[in-house]
Amino acid sequence: MLQNADIFQSDGVIFDLEDAVMLSEKDAAVHLLDNFLKSYAFENLEIVIRINQLDSEFSRVELEQIVSDKIDTLMLPKATAKNTNALSKMLDKLEKSKKMNKKIGIIPIIELASSVLEAKEIASVNRVNGLLLGGEDLSTDLEVERTEDGLELLLARGLVVLAAKAYKLDAIDTPYTKTNDEEGLNKDSSYAKKIGMNAKVCIHPNQIDTVNTVFSPSIQEIEYARKVVKAEADALSTGKGAFTVDGKMIDKPIIDRAKKLLDKAQRWGLL
Amino acid sequence: MKIASAGTMESNDCMMTVREHAGIQIEIESIVLKQFGKQIEYVIRETLKELNIENIFVQCNDKGALDYTVKARLVTAIQRMGEKHA
Repeated sequence: MLQNADIFQSDGVIFDLEDAVMLSEKDAAVHLLDNFLKSYAFENLEIVIRINQLDSEFSRVELEQIVSDKIDTLMLPKATAKNTNALSKMLDKLEKSKKMNKKIGIIPIIELASSVLEAKEIASVNRVNGLLLGGEDLSTDLEVERTEDGLELLLARGLVVLAAKAYKLDAIDTPYTKTNDEEGLNKDSSYAKKIGMNAKVCIHPNQIDTVNTVFSPSIQEIEYARKVVKAEADALSTGKGAFTVDGKMIDKPIIDRAKKLLDKAQRWGLL
Repeated sequence: MKIASAGTMESNDCMMTVREHAGIQIEIESIVLKQFGKQIEYVIRETLKELNIENIFVQCNDKGALDYTVKARLVTAIQRMGEKHA
């Protein structure tokens, strides 16, 4: 399966060394992934590795073996400001000793109540390029059941979005665990987008299409953003201070948002 | 006797078993032995060379593993053999 990693049109692929691997197979998983990464080159695909917890007996061996120019990002389970900082410093040393060209990013997984409360500090750590909300473990920590409407994660989702956006990072939503419920996935993804998440982890390839559709700018959004940008240009050329689009007053935040959306659409080849 | 295994009998994988032996002896069973038997043996020999191992018995039960899998399973089995008997 590993060699099929780039055929699903996702933005990145997460290779999991943590929960998906039995304790007795941790050594085999690292060797397999290491040899796989040495054998294949991927273009336009972010290579992310979910390592084991930093205080586990496995993480040091994993880091020694896996960190290379072949990967882009490490995903850190049970992240805290302290262990995220420690990982960042370990990467400083590893990149230097391995004479690497790349600076490896970190996506901390916010999956403890205490991590939600220090999400801002975690987001501020060097190398962090996104925050992932880990809904399942967080629910366990909160002693609540996961529900379809996600009410139990309402505050955590909001705080992760705020912390990520304050540092201009990706706010990545928790995966939707029902792999055969497309309607539920669509609802959950749309809700996450509405509150500010700008990505979502998939746990099955059949979720990628829905998540891509929800999180990509829609045709209507692109058309409206184009109108706003054009109206701004017209207003500037005619010396108008204020202007409307479709009967709505347009001010700077709306113009900025429109430009951001067009940038995103450009990057994703949607224009 | 030092002996260890790594891998599975799942499709696209292989079960690699290694044990102490004077000299190198390799046994391969594969669903694609005719087509890829020589390549599997080549990967095993090259990996042993990289690891400077000259005395070992390797048994590979292949279920269509690619080169990187054969190599990874062999390295894991050898490491396990060392750890078990260290």
